[in-house]
Amino acid sequence: MTQLHVVLEVNGEHREVDVEPRRLLVEVIREELNLTGTHIGCDTSQCGACTVHLDGRAVKSCTMLAAQADGSAVTTIEGMGDLGHLHPLQNAFWEQHGLQCGFCTPGMIMAAADLIKNNADPSDTEIRHAIEGNICRCTGYHNIVVAVREAARAMRGGAGTATAPAATAAQA
Amino acid sequence: MTTDVLGARIKRVEDPKLITGKGRYLDDIKLPGMVHLAILRSPYAHANIRSIDTSAARTAPGVVAVFTGSDITYNPLPMAWPAGGASGIQNNINMPRVLATDSVKWTGEGVAAVVAETVAQAQDALELINVDWEPLPAVVDAEKATQPGAPQLHENAPNNVVFEWSVGNKDGTAAAFANAEVIVRQRLVNNRLVPNPMEVRGDIGWYNPGTDEYTIWMSSQTPHIQRLLLAAFVTGIPEHKIRCISPDVGGAFGSKIFCYADMALVMHASKAIGGRPVKWVESRRETFQSTIHGRDHITYVEAAATKDGEVTALRVKTYANLGGRLSTIGPGIPTTLYGRILSGPYKMKNVHCEVTGVYTNTTFVDAYRGAGRPEATYVVERAMDLVADELGIDPAEVRRRNFLPPDSFPYDNPAGLLTAVNGSKIYVDSGNYEPALDKALAMAGYADTAAKKTEAKARGRLLGVGLSTYIEVCGVAPSKWIGAVGEGWGAAMWESSNIKIHLTGKVVVTMGTQPQGQGHETTYAQIISHELGIPMEDIVVQHSDTQGTPFGYGSYGSRTSNVGTGAALKAAAKIREKARRYAAHMLEAAPDDIEVDGANYRVKGSPDKVKTIQEIAFALDLAFDAPEGMEPYLDETAYHDTPNCTFPFGTHVAIVEIDEETGVVALVRYVAVDDVGKKINPMIVDGQLHGGIAQGVGQALWEGAIYSDDGQLLNGSLLDYALPRASWLPAFELDETVTPSPVNPLGVKGVGEAGCIASTAAVANAVIDALSPFGIRHLDMPYTAQKVWGAIQAAKGGQA
Repeated sequence: MTQLHVVLEVNGEHREVDVEPRRLLVEVIREELNLTGTHIGCDTSQCGACTVHLDGRAVKSCTMLAAQADGSAVTTIEGMGDLGHLHPLQNAFWEQHGLQCGFCTPGMIMAAADLIKNNADPSDTEIRHAIEGNICRCTGYHNIVVAVREAARAMRGGAGTATAPAATAAQA
Repeated sequence: MTTDVLGARIKRVEDPKLITGKGRYLDDIKLPGMVHLAILRSPYAHANIRSIDTSAARTAPGVVAVFTGSDITYNPLPMAWPAGGASGIQNNINMPRVLATDSVKWTGEGVAAVVAETVAQAQDALELINVDWEPLPAVVDAEKATQPGAPQLHENAPNNVVFEWSVGNKDGTAAAFANAEVIVRQRLVNNRLVPNPMEVRGDIGWYNPGTDEYTIWMSSQTPHIQRLLLAAFVTGIPEHKIRCISPDVGGAFGSKIFCYADMALVMHASKAIGGRPVKWVESRRETFQSTIHGRDHITYVEAAATKDGEVTALRVKTYANLGGRLSTIGPGIPTTLYGRILSGPYKMKNVHCEVTGVYTNTTFVDAYRGAGRPEATYVVERAMDLVADELGIDPAEVRRRNFLPPDSFPYDNPAGLLTAVNGSKIYVDSGNYEPALDKALAMAGYADTAAKKTEAKARGRLLGVGLSTYIEVCGVAPSKWIGAVGEGWGAAMWESSNIKIHLTGKVVVTMGTQPQGQGHETTYAQIISHELGIPMEDIVVQHSDTQGTPFGYGSYGSRTSNVGTGAALKAAAKIREKARRYAAHMLEAAPDDIEVDGANYRVKGSPDKVKTIQEIAFALDLAFDAPEGMEPYLDETAYHDTPNCTFPFGTHVAIVEIDEETGVVALVRYVAVDDVGKKINPMIVDGQLHGGIAQGVGQALWEGAIYSDDGQLLNGSLLDYALPRASWLPAFELDETVTPSPVNPLGVKGVGEAGCIASTAAVANAVIDALSPFGIRHLDMPYTAQKVWGAIQAAKGGQA
């Protein structure tokens, strides 16, 4: 079968892979690059567990072919931080109990990072809308929203104060 | 005590790997030589298989092997929980085979499998398999399936009846209805749900020809039970030749308790191809067809009451849809776990419940988060609101008048609901219901409801407030009760723990329970740290591998915090006792003269004569000079059976607003006051409640499997089946009352299911309250905009 040569910069490293044209970016990330922190949770691009950054923007890596990413920079959860240097979002998810089973967590963090990059001080409503393409079945999203808010605060340099979770509906 | 970790909000020790992408879920595992299996599933809900032609698939690129049911000599999957109850056992059992041989009973039943070098090659080859089908008429509705003329699924189950089960006092209930001042009646549909953990199921089977042993990695809540069932009932392979491992499990919610055909299939396949590891991971679309569903009851409820709102009797008739064949404990869910708590927190003396378990041409139904208890809570909490509506009494007041008073406990239900078929009893261990109700009403501003409705109406919104004053049964056990044949598994339900303190003072705890995101590694470590005075960072908690952990029944039914912690506490007590005896030897004192203070074991009255548990472990593990008769090593195992279940309770209040123009329902506030007893880690408890509430809200507002009349699952993907999204939910407002359970040594009860047991009924009652100005007294869930708008239009038309 035809193989395509794909060149990527993945978490700051130069990578080259030969892939079948039909292979999805998420499959190549997981199976060829062995970065299994990016998960597959569905087959209809609904769940967001496979969210990565492509040239700085959050994308669901199941929605594109690996070949379409040729020449791009990819950041996965492994590139966000490690235990010695946690990204503020990773730290906030840990501090605020923003995860239970952890399966949606990498995608959730990547989506939230995209939000904060574009909106340094998101409201709870904005956070809930920004992550609505990412499904979590464990947390009811409550502590995820708290974690994203706290991470944004930390990334602003600790400005502002932590507030109690909003008591009214996000969509109200 | 050197540590004060019990009851503290401690960050989870599980999280560092999970937030950095270093978790290891089933599909993350790659083994040398591994091949991939894909399953051909039936496109028909009901059909005979005339023949299967696999010849083209066998020669497709990359294909290693193709299997059909006739290739596999294993037995059908086991039935572990036939229904019993007052009317005796009558179970017309039909279990799935590893692959169907003669017929299929639901869309998605597996009929053939391909093993290939890659997933894509296996899937491609599936399309080359030609099955000669003989389609048959199908039935998907449990009530219709029992009617004359309905399509018949199984020869041994006339009218598609699996069992007829009943519980309670029939005559007393009839008498109470005969004397009732008020009677309300309602047909309720408890919609079918698809559990949908974010990690789908999967297995890797590896047969090692060199040892004649099988290793199965499985995304499961119950690796020990699966080894037992696969060995003793399905494959006939000796138990000691099978090892089951659950890696990190990405959520489960009951759906990963069970023995599934694919577990045996990967075992068979790996051996058949000479020992290459065989991986199968379901697609999300397969999840919808081949992993269990939950709920799906049609219930006729009648409540008898006095004019003052005292409910005197509840009569319930339920048709429980169990699917085309049975799942591992399918019949146990709508019987023992449902009928036996139908009286809720209320003092009603007369309850009678009849359940007909029914085969239909749908995916099998088994335990989904709450499992029977959400269905029961929905019935009794809707009934309380119907009584309130009928009498014009406030729903909170009706509940208050019916609560069991706090001096009722331990409480034995007079209708006999809590007496097992073998005569053994459990009791409602504790309760104090009114303070939780008061607190929740105050938080929700319940007294101002009328003003809020007026304000909302001015904005074009219909505001509704709904209550759910639930109880839960937690800690599935005790063995003498749940083990009774016809009541439960016909097997025990204790738990196990082993604690080893190694030479360097580091502690390894192994448990028979199996987490799926609940944080067991953290909470058990908090308990052991508290009990032994050893820092948490020196303790590791291991689980999930039948090699190296003691046999346990796994985690479900909110049983870990009651039963599992009991085992851990007992093992810690054994460690303390052995350490005390060796400390006495080291300090040349009598064991009774050694007092234990955290990690320190000292001679009474001689504060300088002290050994730490780490020093004791070092000496005893090396056994330099152990006294005669004392075995080396601080290594103790304990098994714990609980004397009773625990019964958490609470009050949840949902406030919804409905857009009168569109029928869109918005959940605008959610208040929950839960009493789960003492808390090991309040942060984790809150998280469990959040998640449970969201799942229960999902049932009320969005979720529900929809089958066409011919048995096609019409919303069988995440594109079509509406799981709750962040932007659809509000923040949850939680508070507590604390009534320690007398059953558990720590006073804990369990919390994994409470949220979804309570929340479905609370939201349903809120929606109906919002629609009550239109004279609507009931609608079946889920409350989609289309359904609500239609109901409003119909009501308006009726008024016109």
